[in-house]
Parts: sequence; C-alpha cells; structure tokens
Amino acid sequence: MSAEEPHEVHLVVNGTTYDVQVPARRLLSDALRHDLGLTGTHVGCEHGVCGACTVLLDGRPVRACLLLAVTVDGHEVTTVEGLAGPDGTLSAVQEGFRQCHGLQCGFCTPGFLTTVTAGLRENPDPTHEEAREMVAGNLCRCTGYQNIVRAVERAAELGREQA
Amino acid sequence: MTTRLTGAPVQRTEDRRLLTGAGRFVDDVQVGPQTLHAAVLRSPHAHARIVDIDVDAVLDLEGVHLVWTHEDLAGVSAPLAEPLPLLIPHPALTHGRTQHALARDEVNHVGEAVAFVVADDRYVAEDAVARIRVTWEVLEPVVGLEQARAGERLVHDDVPGNVGARLEQGTADAEQMAAALEAAPHRLALDLEVERSACTPLEGRGTVARWDPDSDRLQVWTSTQTSTGVRAAVAARLGLDLGQVDVITPDVGGGFGVKINHPWPEELLVPAAARVLGRVVKFTEDRREHFVSSAHERGQLQHVEVGFDDEGRLLALDVEFWHDHGAYTPYGLIVPIITSTQLLGPYKPQLYRVVFESLYTNTTMVTPYRGAGRPQGCYAMERTMDAIAAHLGRDRTEVRAANFIQPDEFPYDQGLVFQDGRELEYDSGDYPALLEKAKALVGWDEFETFRAEMAAEGRRVGIGLACYVEGTGVGPYEGAHVHVETSGKVKVATGLTTQGQGHQTVFAQLVADELGCRFEDVEVVTGDTRRMPYAVGTFASRAAVMSGSAIHLAAKRTKEKALRIAADALEADEADLEIVEGSVRVKGSPGSAIDLGTVAVLSNPLRYAFDEASKAATQFSVGDPGRPPVAEDDEPGLEGKDFYSPERATFASGIHAVVVETDPDTAEVTILKYAVVHDCGTLVNPMIVEGQIHGGVAQGVAGALFERMAYDESGQLLNASFMDFLMPYVTEVPDGIDIDHQETPSPLNPLGIKGAGEAGVIPSAAVFAAAIEDAEGIRVTRMPMSPSDLFHLRTDQRQEPTS
Ligand code: FES
Ligand code: FES
Repeated sequence: MSAEEPHEVHLVVNGTTYDVQVPARRLLSDALRHDLGLTGTHVGCEHGVCGACTVLLDGRPVRACLLLAVTVDGHEVTTVEGLAGPDGTLSAVQEGFRQCHGLQCGFCTPGFLTTVTAGLRENPDPTHEEAREMVAGNLCRCTGYQNIVRAVERAAELGREQA
Repeated sequence: MTTRLTGAPVQRTEDRRLLTGAGRFVDDVQVGPQTLHAAVLRSPHAHARIVDIDVDAVLDLEGVHLVWTHEDLAGVSAPLAEPLPLLIPHPALTHGRTQHALARDEVNHVGEAVAFVVADDRYVAEDAVARIRVTWEVLEPVVGLEQARAGERLVHDDVPGNVGARLEQGTADAEQMAAALEAAPHRLALDLEVERSACTPLEGRGTVARWDPDSDRLQVWTSTQTSTGVRAAVAARLGLDLGQVDVITPDVGGGFGVKINHPWPEELLVPAAARVLGRVVKFTEDRREHFVSSAHERGQLQHVEVGFDDEGRLLALDVEFWHDHGAYTPYGLIVPIITSTQLLGPYKPQLYRVVFESLYTNTTMVTPYRGAGRPQGCYAMERTMDAIAAHLGRDRTEVRAANFIQPDEFPYDQGLVFQDGRELEYDSGDYPALLEKAKALVGWDEFETFRAEMAAEGRRVGIGLACYVEGTGVGPYEGAHVHVETSGKVKVATGLTTQGQGHQTVFAQLVADELGCRFEDVEVVTGDTRRMPYAVGTFASRAAVMSGSAIHLAAKRTKEKALRIAADALEADEADLEIVEGSVRVKGSPGSAIDLGTVAVLSNPLRYAFDEASKAATQFSVGDPGRPPVAEDDEPGLEGKDFYSPERATFASGIHAVVVETDPDTAEVTILKYAVVHDCGTLVNPMIVEGQIHGGVAQGVAGALFERMAYDESGQLLNASFMDFLMPYVTEVPDGIDIDHQETPSPLNPLGIKGAGEAGVIPSAAVFAAAIEDAEGIRVTRMPMSPSDLFHLRTDQRQEPTS
C-alpha cells in the first residue's frame, strides 16, 4: 500500500509563509497544529460545532476543523498566536478576557478570541444582546459564559479607547 | 505594608499563556513528524462475544507500526493483560467488575476498546482500525435501570440480578423505620427519576509517552485529575519501578470528574507502545470516543417514604434508590455512597434509613461527574421538602427552616459513614442565615405579587429553591514544597492537578501572604510527579482545602527557616524580624534588611563561587570553623515541605433559587432570575470562586433542562456528538447569576477553607423541578425537563383522572 500523494501548499499564517507538503485529506486544524507547530488552535469536536478551532481566514472566522489545508492555499490565516502585538502586547480582546476572568481551563479560549476579534471589527460597539450573540456559536464548558460576555463588552470598551 | 491577598479578587497569572496560544495541553506536547499516533478500534455492539479478530489486512498498510489485541498484551507485560484495577474497593461492592485494557472475549458497552494501532499519523491509524475484521456473536444488552432490575438478562454472567452492590445504612433499621412511619401524623411516598449526563470537558482525554533508553525511564504526559494515580498504575501494569516513571500533567482542558478515573486503557497502551517502539506515541481521543468510551453519571431511580409532623419536621425518612453503574465499576461505589449520605443536606431527620443497589447495564460506565452523586441526593431531599410543603399547605421555605440544623449544633454528627470511610460530621455552618440571604436575593416574599402581575399578562411563572450541604476537602492528604531560589524567586510544587480552577494564582496568594514574598515572584507547579511525588488528586472540591493548607504549612516552614538564617546575618532576634515584599527586616527599622534571595544564598554553604552572589556563601566567607557547615538537625537550601491530612471532610453549604417562565404553547422554560448563596468558608479569591459557581450553574442548568444520554434499546448512544447532545451555548444559560457569599470558616484546617468547585451544579435538578412545578401546577418527578418532556407531562397529567 503506498502513502497518499502529498500536495504542496503555501499557508500564510500570521504573516509568515509556510510551504508544506500535505495529503489532500489533511484538515487545516491538523496542518496548523501538527505541520506548523502552531498549537494555539484547539480541537474540541472535529465536527464544526464547538468553535474551539476557529481561525480567521482573510479576516473572517472559520472552523479550521471543517476545512482542508489544500483549500486555503495562498490565503491569509490568523490564529490565536497572531492576535497580540509584535511586542507581545495583548490585543483589546485578549485584554478584555484577562481582566474579566473570561477563561478557566483556556481550551475554548483561542476560538472565542478569534471569533470576538472578527465580531468587534464588524460591530465595535455591541449592545449586551449583541455581545451575547457574538459568542453564541462557541462552546465553553467551564465559565458558564457570564464572564465571557463581560469580556466582550470590556474588549469593545478597550477597543474604543485605543481607537 | 503589603496588603493581604487572601480574600482579594487577584487576577490570574495563568492567563497570559492561555490567551496567546502558548498553553500546553497534552495534544500540544511533541507535535512534529517524529511522533507516532494511536487509534483504537471500539466495540460497535453493546453486548457481544468476540469470536475472532483478524488484523492481517492492517499489517501491510504503509505507516503502521504496531497492532495489538488482547492476545498481545501478556507478551508486553503480564499485568497488562489483567482486568484494569478496581480503584476504590468497598466491602459492599460484592461484584465489582472492570474492563481489560483491550477486551478479552466479551464487550459490555458500545465504545469498549478492542484493538490498538500505532501509525505515522492519526489518519493512517484510523485507516488501519477500519481494516480490522472482528467476528462477533451479538448478545442481548441490558439498557436502562428497569431492565437491569428485572434481571432477566445479565450484563456479566456471574453477577446475579445485575447487582454489583447493595448498601444500607442509617440511624434506624427497617423495623424501626416502619414503626416510625406508621406513627407519624403525616406520610408521603415519592417516586423520582434522574437521567444520565456527562462531564464532557472541551478537551477530551489524551496521553503522550516517551521512553528514554539512556536513563531507563518513562515519561508520560496525560490529561488527568491524578498524576500520582496514573504513575502508580502505569508502573504496576508495565512492570516498572515507580522511580522509573514520571507523569506530567500540563494544562488540562477541563475535567469535571471524568479525568479522575484511571488508568484509561490508553494510559497504559500508549506508554507500553512507546517503550516497545522506542518512539514518542500520542493518543488524543475524538469527541465521539469521549461520549462512548469515557464515563457518564447521574442516572438513578429513587423511592422516598417520609413521615412528618404538622410543622413539616422530618420524623422518619426512608429512601431506596437504584443506581445505574454502566458496564463496569472501576471507581467503586463513590457516587451512590455520596447520594445516600449527602441527601440529608442541612436537615436533621429524627430517623433516616437509606438502601441502594448499584446495577450493571450494557452502557458506558458511570464515575463521578462534578457534584458526584450529590445532585441526585439533593434532588430526592428537596423534592421531598416541596412535597411536604404542598401537603401541609405551607410555605416551602418554612418547612425547610423547621428542619435545619441550628448554628449552635455544630459539629453535627449525622450518624452515617461518608465516602472516605469517616463519620459524616458537619464541621460548621449557618443555614438559617443562608436562607434569609437566599430569600432576599431572589425576592421570595415578593414573588406572589410578581406572579399575579405576570398572570395578568397571560404569562406563567414559577419559583423554586433548593438547599444543599457538600462534603468537600476529603483526604487522605496533599503535600507541598516551597523553595526560595537565590534570585528571590519562589518555586512552589504541589502534586494535585489543575483543570482551570486558577490554582497557580490562588496558591501563589497563599504563599505570598504567609512567606511575605512578592506575589509576582511565586511560580506554582501542579501535577508533576518529578516535583511532588506524593499526592492524591483534584476532585471533590479538595484543592484549596488540601493543597492550599499544605502550601500554607510549607510556606510557614520556609518562613521559619528564613527568619532563623536572617536573624544570624542581621544579628537580631528572630522575634523582631518580619518579611515584607521579599525582604527580611527588623520590625520598625526597615533600613536593616536582607533579601530572601540572599537568605537563600546563605542557607547553602558552598565550596565553589560561580557568581557574585554565591561568593557570600563560600567556605572562606561564612560559617564558624568550629562547627560543621550544615548543622546536624538542618539541611542546605531555603525550602520547606509539609503535608496536610485532615481528620475528616469539611462541609460547604448553599442555596440556589430560580424564577422561570414556561411557555403555554411551546413548553419552553425561560430563566428569569438565578440566585446563589453559598458558604465555602474562607474565600481565597472571590473572583475565581464566582467563576466556579458560574460554570457549575451552567452545567447544572444543562443537566436539568437539556442533557441526557439517549440510548436506544440496543444500547447505541444516539447523541454521541455535540451536534446531538445539547450542551449549552451562551443562549441556554441565565443572563446574569446573582451571588451572595457567607463565610463560616472550617475549624478543620489552618485557613478555614471549604471547597467551592462543585456547589454550582448540585441543586440544579431540584431547583428547576421545583420552579417548573410551581409554574405549571403539575407534579414533576423526572429530570431533565426539556420542552418536549414538559409538553408530554402536561398532556399526561391532564389526562389523569382527578381524585
Ligand atoms: S473543533 Fe472545530 S468546531 Fe469543534
Ligand atoms: S474555559 Fe474551559 S472550555 Fe472554556
């Protein structure tokens, strides 16, 4: 039995281009974690429901477990590792989660951070209801979401202060 | 002066890593081309005999390194072929049964491990698994408690009636109980039911192992709640000395009980394969595997008989329940024992008798899930309280208050034996005060006005309230090691593990307060057997009580040593010294001071000077030439180690109250208000405690309103994915949880702490059953209550003839 034929893929992740050889069936989540060693993106279900694997594809949130790596050839991917500033300063969203105790085990956190980053770009001044909706597609088993919603509101505040 | 950190909402030190993608979970360890990946063939049948397994088609698949079935295990090490250990044997568990690492002859639930493959990556490993051919003889399964009780089919041929255990205890025997029930002015009987749910942490189970032939040692990373437990199990089963095995628990993506069970088959198979292959091997389970092959909890049928007086005071409480243990009992009887003993909550019945049977079914096994048996106990007791109030036409809070243990009655002995084999003796508490707070917080006394207002708008609302007492901080012990480096940094190690509870922060708070060092200088390591080989684990809300106390004691020892050495150096009296902000100084004269780091230098007499600081500790600069450099009763280094081992558990308590609205058409339940008052003794970090409550409440709401394990009659779990198992999103949890604290410190430990990890989840089924019943005016005896459950309940009860 022969191994699967590898495909050459150029992944632009957090501004860096990576050339990798992957089989056609390799998930983007696995390519990021296992081929590039960017383990910040987590896998909680592998069937598109939990949102832990959410990354930004050309700025828009997508489930990395539902995409094949070969299909994002040449596109811009942002993972949780790319959210902080080059000097390590936390982004407004990261800072909001930190200040509001918006994480416990931290496993779901990368997916929330990417989702909220995109959400606040679209709607920088969400109402309480909109803040809840913004995170309504991601599962967290630890926090009961109370502080995550607060974190979104705080992040919006910080974002406006920075702007 | 520094401010005291205990009691302050200190921000978490662990967050920066987790927020930047720098967390290290088990699946993050050793990613890279050199790592091999494992996959497991799992039983598709709930009950079947294995006639034959053919792995030939796997062997010629490129990239496959190893295939094992049960037959291969004895060749690796004899104990690996034995059934997995029964971790907590109890004399009443007369028919304990555990699975094999890989099934031998028979499988007893869908998902049981049958064969194990290691390959270049998980994709290839799964390809290989799909090529294994098993010939099955399918047997009829036992699914659900009714079938288990009927005993017509057996899960294990040699377990008559499917009864793994029968346990009775109480303050009255059957005869006394019957007489007391007979004599009581009022008497009621209730039949209750609680469904199965599961922990479902977002990170599933995972294990990575590396065999190091150069040092003849095995390193295992695993997502567990007990590193020392896994270490002992791996060593025993692989025929290694304990000293050859290191177990490291890095970041854990939630546990909630399921990760206390050990060893999982993969926790033995992965290290065994790593040793055989000489390569790093990793197993990360997928979501479906987690649903069918880890563990569930909660499923019980209950029958309560109660006799009471005109005030609603409990004269006789007789409880019988049937506990669904699933296919195996590796974690013993912990769950039903807790239900049977913690059922009493804050009340003092004159007589109590409880008997349970723990029954086998051909379903995924049952081990503790956050709350561990307490939600079911609380449900039985609080449903009984509500029934008594309804029977007497009294306010539900009045009936509860009439039964409370009073603040001057502590310590209070319930006359039972708890899960740890100790007497069930409550250490401290103030239940009447809790009730006052709960009523105020939820607006109990104003509710009828609110109900009338809502009714005027055609809306249906209900209120419910449930009380609990929770045994927390069970033994046997935890330990801690505190080490001050010459840089002044303080390294702390404790052996229990961390699954997101903020231990690094909370423990650093305790060290900074006791030792007097800077909070920022403290680094805490948990769950690494190389740093602290003696430990038990993180469960039963025991971390703050047990490790917290041990850390406090170890910091105290370190401080004593620091003061002794500094007193010498400063030529002062120890009693005149204090440590502030990492500096030992003479009280009242801050000018005369010495850094903790320098004290650490002085604590270790040196032969060699390797930097400027160490020069101060070499043989020509310090010491009395007339005495040995290290005194007989001393040791080098500024460090302290200590253990904490309590006589018995501490008892936290609390009350939850909820206001719900039920939709007259869709039967949807909307939460209008959720209130929690609780008492976990001394609060170390209120921000973290509230976070624990939030998470618990969400899991409780989910268990009460949505989550159930949908088994069909052939034992297939129909909802083994997040698509079908209704875990709550933000849209399903209350928008806001009102919390009020009360602190009655525990006299059992130096800090007065009781645990807080599980409180959020315990009263949920009870409190929602009460509120829905109150809104609907129909009896609620089965939980969870989804909209369709409620819809059917309405139709059923309307059809019942009124008596
Ligand atoms: S892992 Fe991709 S959505 Fe859950
Ligand atoms: S913080 Fe643990 S799953 Fe969200």
